[in-house]
Amino acid sequence: MSCIQVKNLKKSFIDRRRAGRGGERASLGNEILVLDNINLEFAEGELVCILGPSGCGKSTLLRMVAGFDFPTTGEVLINDEPVTGSRSDSIFVFQHSGLLPWMTVWENVELGVRHIQDPEKTQTIQEYIAMVELDRFEHHYPHQLSGGMLRRAELARALAVNPNTLIMDEPFSGLDFLTHMKVREEVVNMHEFIQKTTLVVTHDIDDALIMGDRVIVMSGRPSQVKLDVKLPYGRPRDVLKTPELMALRDEIFFMLGVSYVV
Amino acid sequence: MGYKKTVLPFITLFFILLLWELVTRFSGWSRNVFPGSIAVLTSMGELIANGTLLKNTVASLFRVSIGFSLAVVLGVPLGIILGRVEIAKLLFNPLIQFLRPISPLAWIPLAMLWFGIGDPPAIFLIFLASFFPMVVSTSVAVESIKPTYFQVAANFNFTRIEVLTKIVIPAIIPQVITALRMTIAIAWLVVVAAEMIAVQSGLGYLILDARNALRMDYVMVAMIVIGIIGLLLDFIMRSLGNIESTAWGRLTK
Repeated sequence: MSCIQVKNLKKSFIDRRRAGRGGERASLGNEILVLDNINLEFAEGELVCILGPSGCGKSTLLRMVAGFDFPTTGEVLINDEPVTGSRSDSIFVFQHSGLLPWMTVWENVELGVRHIQDPEKTQTIQEYIAMVELDRFEHHYPHQLSGGMLRRAELARALAVNPNTLIMDEPFSGLDFLTHMKVREEVVNMHEFIQKTTLVVTHDIDDALIMGDRVIVMSGRPSQVKLDVKLPYGRPRDVLKTPELMALRDEIFFMLGVSYVV
Repeated sequence: MGYKKTVLPFITLFFILLLWELVTRFSGWSRNVFPGSIAVLTSMGELIANGTLLKNTVASLFRVSIGFSLAVVLGVPLGIILGRVEIAKLLFNPLIQFLRPISPLAWIPLAMLWFGIGDPPAIFLIFLASFFPMVVSTSVAVESIKPTYFQVAANFNFTRIEVLTKIVIPAIIPQVITALRMTIAIAWLVVVAAEMIAVQSGLGYLILDARNALRMDYVMVAMIVIGIIGLLLDFIMRSLGNIESTAWGRLTK
């Protein structure tokens, strides 16, 4: 069964910087096409990594899947139903922490399960906080946590809802090298465990090759799908020791405009 | 380290009082025009002993608390509405921006005509002085809430009430506390002026009454008390910001 479909999707923004200077469309400004005719299908349980140059609209694509934004033409379907708004069965993990800073880790995780009756609710919250190893930090506020802990707390909050889809926008950005690797490992383990459809936007080619069941490369603006490959390799995987992945890595670097890779 | 923080300001205070006394002694001015620090402190003791100071301080604080609380209770919700509802902003913002720069003191004649003599006109002036800053800061705070938080709310199916209680209100608290600090200072400035015209009590009245009696030492006592109370009010408002769930506001900006 196919879970998420993106059909003939186009998205354009209006450049308001030039608005109001002559011409009959002056009040609207110039239209800029960001995503041009995107057709994609994400199978249930797939871990898909989306790569592309910065500003190509990959985050915008995610936001439309999440229901935060809408296509100019075309549509996004989840289980054959058009996405009409944000819903709690597809949880978005924000690029810079989406935790509410005035709530503790516990209260943040509680958000997604707040309607559940109590013995079960407390148990669920405890379980997911323990899963990301934040047991001793459940009553800390986000500003008291490190970058990696913030990502893990947000992951716990997302998973506690038991969503069908996880949508992650640059989940490792701003982390130091080691934390980046650890959180990445955590996301991979989490995916092995729950097997939910997971879309990850990243700018790091190695992230995509290490994590993805499938890698999608998008071109610069107006953005189209340039490459869409499945990676039938088990995890954890060593990119350096897999010649096919190394070849793919070179190919993607070249696609993104880097021709000489050390 | 800790004792320096408490002791050093008092060293400054001591030398200021000393300098003040010396200046009055050698300035050649009459003691009635420029009383020295010793005389003023003695008069302060007098006014404390006969209860005048306490009575007038309580009167001023009473007016400020009523006027300021009214302004907060009405101003914060209105600010939230202006920040959240586009139509409300378009309708009322121009009016508020027009009224805001009119000094509360310009309202004195109307306040006296409408509310007579006594507490009501003074409270009205304090209300006016505090209301606009509270409305404007609150609406600015609401507008500057990160869109991410509203997306989180949508993602977790928050109701409108939940958006208000779990996102909007906690998100603006740090800025509202700052606004409270600024506004209580304004209210405290205005109460002195308001009490010089419409009432028979309060620190402003004490200053006016002392001036009429040519008691500059009493004027200075009132000024000193106004300063001390101002410090205390600021301290109280500032300590609101130490509540743990508002600490993020200090650290993320």
